[in-house]
Amino acid sequence: MKLAYWMYAGPAHIGTLRIASSFKNVHAIMHAPLGDDYFNVMRSMLERERNFTPVTASIVDRNVLARGSQEKVVDNIVRKDQEEQPDLIVLTPTCTSSILQEDLENFVARAQLDAKGDVILADVNHYRVNELQAGDRTLQQIVQFYINKARKQENLATEKTPQPSVNIIGVSTLGFHNNHDIRELKTLMAELGISVNLVIPDKASVHDLKKLPQAWFNLVPYRELGLSTAKYLEQEFDQPYVDITPMGVVETARCIRAIQGVINDQGATADYEAFIEEQTLHVSQAAWFSRSIDCQNLTGKKAIVFGDNTHAAAMTKILAREMGIHVVLAGTYCKYDADWFRQEVSEYCDEILISEDHGEIADAIACLEPAAIFGTQMERHVGKRLNIPCGVIAAPIHIQNFPIGYRPFVGYEGTNQLADLVYNSFTLGMEDHLLEIFGGHDTKEVITTTMSASSDLNWTTEAQGQLNKVPGFVRGKVKRNTEKYARAQGLSEISLEVLYAAKESVGA
Amino acid sequence: MTVAQETPNLTFDCETGNYHTFCPISCVAWLYQKIEDSFFLVIGTKTCGYFLQNAMGVMIFAEPRYAMAELEESDISAQLNDYDELKRLCLQIKRDRNPSVIVFIGTCTTEIIKMDLEGFSPRLEEEIGIPIVVARANGLDYAFTQGEDTVLAAMANRCPSEPPAPTKEKEEDTAAATRFQKLLNLGLKKKEEAPPVATEQKEHHPLILFGSLPDPVAANLEHELKKQGVKVSGWLPTKLYTELPVVQEGYYVAGVNPFLSRTATTLMRRRKCKLVGAPFPIGPDGTRAWVEKICSVLDIEPQGLAEREAQIWESLEDYLQLIRGKSVFFMGDNLLEISLARFLIRCGMTVAEIGIPYMDKRYQKAELDFLARTCQEMGAPIPKIVEKPDNYNQIQRINALQPDLVITGMAHANPLEARGINTKWSVEFTFAQIHGFTNARDILELVTRPLRRNTNLKDLGWDKLVKEEAAV
Repeated sequence: MKLAYWMYAGPAHIGTLRIASSFKNVHAIMHAPLGDDYFNVMRSMLERERNFTPVTASIVDRNVLARGSQEKVVDNIVRKDQEEQPDLIVLTPTCTSSILQEDLENFVARAQLDAKGDVILADVNHYRVNELQAGDRTLQQIVQFYINKARKQENLATEKTPQPSVNIIGVSTLGFHNNHDIRELKTLMAELGISVNLVIPDKASVHDLKKLPQAWFNLVPYRELGLSTAKYLEQEFDQPYVDITPMGVVETARCIRAIQGVINDQGATADYEAFIEEQTLHVSQAAWFSRSIDCQNLTGKKAIVFGDNTHAAAMTKILAREMGIHVVLAGTYCKYDADWFRQEVSEYCDEILISEDHGEIADAIACLEPAAIFGTQMERHVGKRLNIPCGVIAAPIHIQNFPIGYRPFVGYEGTNQLADLVYNSFTLGMEDHLLEIFGGHDTKEVITTTMSASSDLNWTTEAQGQLNKVPGFVRGKVKRNTEKYARAQGLSEISLEVLYAAKESVGA
Repeated sequence: MTVAQETPNLTFDCETGNYHTFCPISCVAWLYQKIEDSFFLVIGTKTCGYFLQNAMGVMIFAEPRYAMAELEESDISAQLNDYDELKRLCLQIKRDRNPSVIVFIGTCTTEIIKMDLEGFSPRLEEEIGIPIVVARANGLDYAFTQGEDTVLAAMANRCPSEPPAPTKEKEEDTAAATRFQKLLNLGLKKKEEAPPVATEQKEHHPLILFGSLPDPVAANLEHELKKQGVKVSGWLPTKLYTELPVVQEGYYVAGVNPFLSRTATTLMRRRKCKLVGAPFPIGPDGTRAWVEKICSVLDIEPQGLAEREAQIWESLEDYLQLIRGKSVFFMGDNLLEISLARFLIRCGMTVAEIGIPYMDKRYQKAELDFLARTCQEMGAPIPKIVEKPDNYNQIQRINALQPDLVITGMAHANPLEARGINTKWSVEFTFAQIHGFTNARDILELVTRPLRRNTNLKDLGWDKLVKEEAAV
């Protein structure tokens, strides 16, 4: 048992649901108690999704506990198959089903007899893997399932496309800025003259998965999601993959050069050097930003980076290598993949922290006192408490991290966004600091928080007491409205009665 | 209590129970804030933690007095001893926070592995020297607000049955000041005693109210009763665990929320209290009926309630104009549905369906009767009450009925809005202040918000925002 109230990566089933609901016409059925379908709320709220999230629960209740799920799971699968006619139903185990140890595999086999669509059981164990690992595994599982199915039906498309083409693997729902990143990646591929064969799992149809082998190579933009699939495809079809995240100017160039190598090995004659130079020097503003005097002022400033592997590693390199910022600590919560992280960032920071305990990171921030933090929502709040600005670079994230405006983190537009993020975080801190040095806003003493500070109205002790219990941020408004009401009624004293009456009349 | 009779006129239905609601462990979110010296320990898995972390939003960053005791594989396979593990965590909590009570929230997992929380907590309590209250608020048995019910039912057993031995200071405290005055004194200088209340207190049996409400709302309800000469002897829960009210045999108890049936049962059966079966003080109609029923039980002639109610209705007229004649559909997820539907019918709306997770026809009898009577008086059609609804079927019915407003969870709200159906997120009714005469306006503020917003946008032609009608 461990004491915890904040976690960076969610439970395994969230990963599976993120994959299933990213595909088109795939439905997930969770074997779970009432209330575990919170995923639907998150997707509907954070992504502001217009469609019903294709996730339902086969409810585990007292009866199930006493007698087992029996027909319930099978019935629910078959029912969903008829109602929505999905191409695939993914039965998703949760922590509850992990300990019930029912034979879910058997339920799937039985449901498959009656269901028109395909049915599979997500191969994830709540107690062994987290959200990210489960997502990676589920994607690979679905790809493998449909590759095998196509082989059996002998309609696997193995012939490469005539022109260089790519599968982009690992773009999913509830991924940090994934919807903007994919647009940027598609633009980048188009500029490189590479056609996009398939993007998975984002809005893909499972029927298209048999076309995966047609691409010349796979691009895996995120470390956490898609690598298993890319490795599987490499093993099956000798299809090479590029797993360099094109985040930051240097890494984007490295990614493009890797792509060039991969396709030239297969007979293309691409030379992207001119493109890289043009983009770096003249299209992206990030290289120019590093040279400008704004960035000069950031030299040697201390920063702390914490997040998932992809974003924390990329950010560390950008700050240290491209902006001359002193990264005193870089960390990740992807404990299961810590070696990769160490290897990526060790030359760019003083210290490395691998931890899932938010308290540990908060302590490190407090001790090291950086000028800015780049982390998750949790680090943002630590920053608030310590008065240190924070740029959010990784999940867990809130609704404000699902912007409507175009905000990719990858590619050349991504470098611009990152430059803004970094610069704004630091200048905000500077501005606050300067204000303090020069005595703050000079209006501070003049303006009071309520306009009715010198009131001619008497508040009775009771009413005052009640007013004091109103939350601080609306208290001023309640006070003003009540006094307005009292004046209108020609009252000079505000009693509890008046307070309530005012609320009733104006909703104060 | 006599065996409840089926309320005439109302029709009850029960579906599959495939519906969306919050897990009952969410009750820690408001209860830890209400009971200020408590610490809530949710004994469960990452799934529970993830839910709380996301559902509680920014509260999570405010050093909440709750935590997960996260079960790991070694706990599940019993390689570790539950008792020792919990003791270790409790000592850590005691050291860091020193609460007056630790509430263990049992979850689905502790149920399945049959962790004997009730069994070993007395021993643990003795060893660490802090009371431990066990509430099994799990998703196997309960929905959303019922979590509070399980906690309060457990706390009802902890209310002292005798007043504490009167030390000098205590005596002054309990005798000179009512609970209400004490609350007021918290933020004030000791000297400024609250002025004596105008209305005289009448002699009556002690009355305890149960249900967790924000302090201003609780004070407001007490004020309404005080105007009738009714003194509230105590609340379950109180601001501090150490101040739980004395509950003795024969005391009257009244619920303020419709989801507190276990608490009511515990107070009646274990503490031998008498339950005041009344509609709930939601809406001016409900508040008046609630006060009247309490008065009638305590043998007090209520004064001026009709005028008070009429006056509130009058002040609501601007909102009533917006909703009169409109239809509303409750998908059901927090058990407030019957009371809210009753209030909205009185407001002139028609209710197509009342979905509700669980319907206790005994505890809610007075409210159900009031609903039937309200329908009759307003000439409104009798709504169908659907227990354990099936969200999929409900969406079919919503598509067919095209109601003017659907009160639903966040999982369905955006998709319905995109299909041109007005929605109000149901959870807001749980956290907004909706009790008493004074807060009637707040309920209508919530109910009319989507209608007002959409009136503002109505000429833009942006009603339906989905490309292909998904096959739902």
